[in-house]
Amino acid sequence: MTDTRYDRAPGDASAPAEPSGVLVYTTGLALAVILTATSFWVANTSLLWGPGVSMGLVVLAVAQMGVHLVFFLHITTGSDNTNNVLALAYGLLIVLLVMAGSLWIMNNLNDNLMPSPELMNMPMRH
Amino acid sequence: MNDAVAIYDVRQEAFVPASEAGPAPKRIVVAYGFWIFLLSDIIMFSALFAAYAVLVRNTAGGPTGAQLFNQVSVAAETAFLLASSYACGLMSLAVASRERAAVYVRALATFVLGAAFLALELREFANMIAQGATPQRSAFLSAFFALVGCHGLHVTAGLVWLTVMMAQVAVKGFRATVQRRLWCFALFWHALDIVWVGLFTLVYLMGVVP
Repeated sequence: MTDTRYDRAPGDASAPAEPSGVLVYTTGLALAVILTATSFWVANTSLLWGPGVSMGLVVLAVAQMGVHLVFFLHITTGSDNTNNVLALAYGLLIVLLVMAGSLWIMNNLNDNLMPSPELMNMPMRH
Repeated sequence: MNDAVAIYDVRQEAFVPASEAGPAPKRIVVAYGFWIFLLSDIIMFSALFAAYAVLVRNTAGGPTGAQLFNQVSVAAETAFLLASSYACGLMSLAVASRERAAVYVRALATFVLGAAFLALELREFANMIAQGATPQRSAFLSAFFALVGCHGLHVTAGLVWLTVMMAQVAVKGFRATVQRRLWCFALFWHALDIVWVGLFTLVYLMGVVP
């Protein structure tokens, strides 16, 4: 048991109590193919409620990123992986701040600085 | 009493906490450092994603994404990159078991599939530029070429890196430094596939959704 005292490196698949590496990668590939195919179908079908499609695509993309992290990069929730997960969590925090913050601020700027054409032509009422 | 002490000593030896075990092996330190680099690279991509998402509607009267993007080509690119990532994973397994022939074959598969992805992407860019959809045309196209082009540059760098690594395997064999570099390459290649998942969803699929 002495070899478990260190953390596991990201991308390291060599844990003894796990299924063979080929099986892990193949499972990941199968899940990724299913999720990708679903994404392309969702974007092109007319069966789904239009306004919900974008949200569905985001959910599918996040799910596929999770599949890649677990099956290809071998990031797990195990105690030997804490450092890797913490670094990932911090990275995700910054990514979310950059993306959500930019969209939020720029949308506000657009709303406040650039009145839409209808609004500009509207007669003023006091 | 003595038995209890002996058992206690054995347990102490078996479960040395990481804080008392001394520095981690170099392989773990290197891979963790590279993981931090990859996360910072993804943060850089998030800035390009944010710029694209902010500018996507500013087409300045030029072509929109729905008019430019060819979904069949994007699906093929996605398939090539995913298959390349899978081949790279199998190459890591062959590196771990030091099977030289399998490493070469799987590295070749990784390279060919990655190059096919890049060829399709360059053809797409050439088509767009031939239609007048250059980066100078609108803010939307500037953001598009910056984001997708940056990913393409990363893939190009990965292909060069893979070639160099195969030369190192041929000349130096599976020594510890070469093995660590191959592990880092695998992390890099899988991370690029993760960025591509966000990319084809946000740019290509949401671009054609009305």
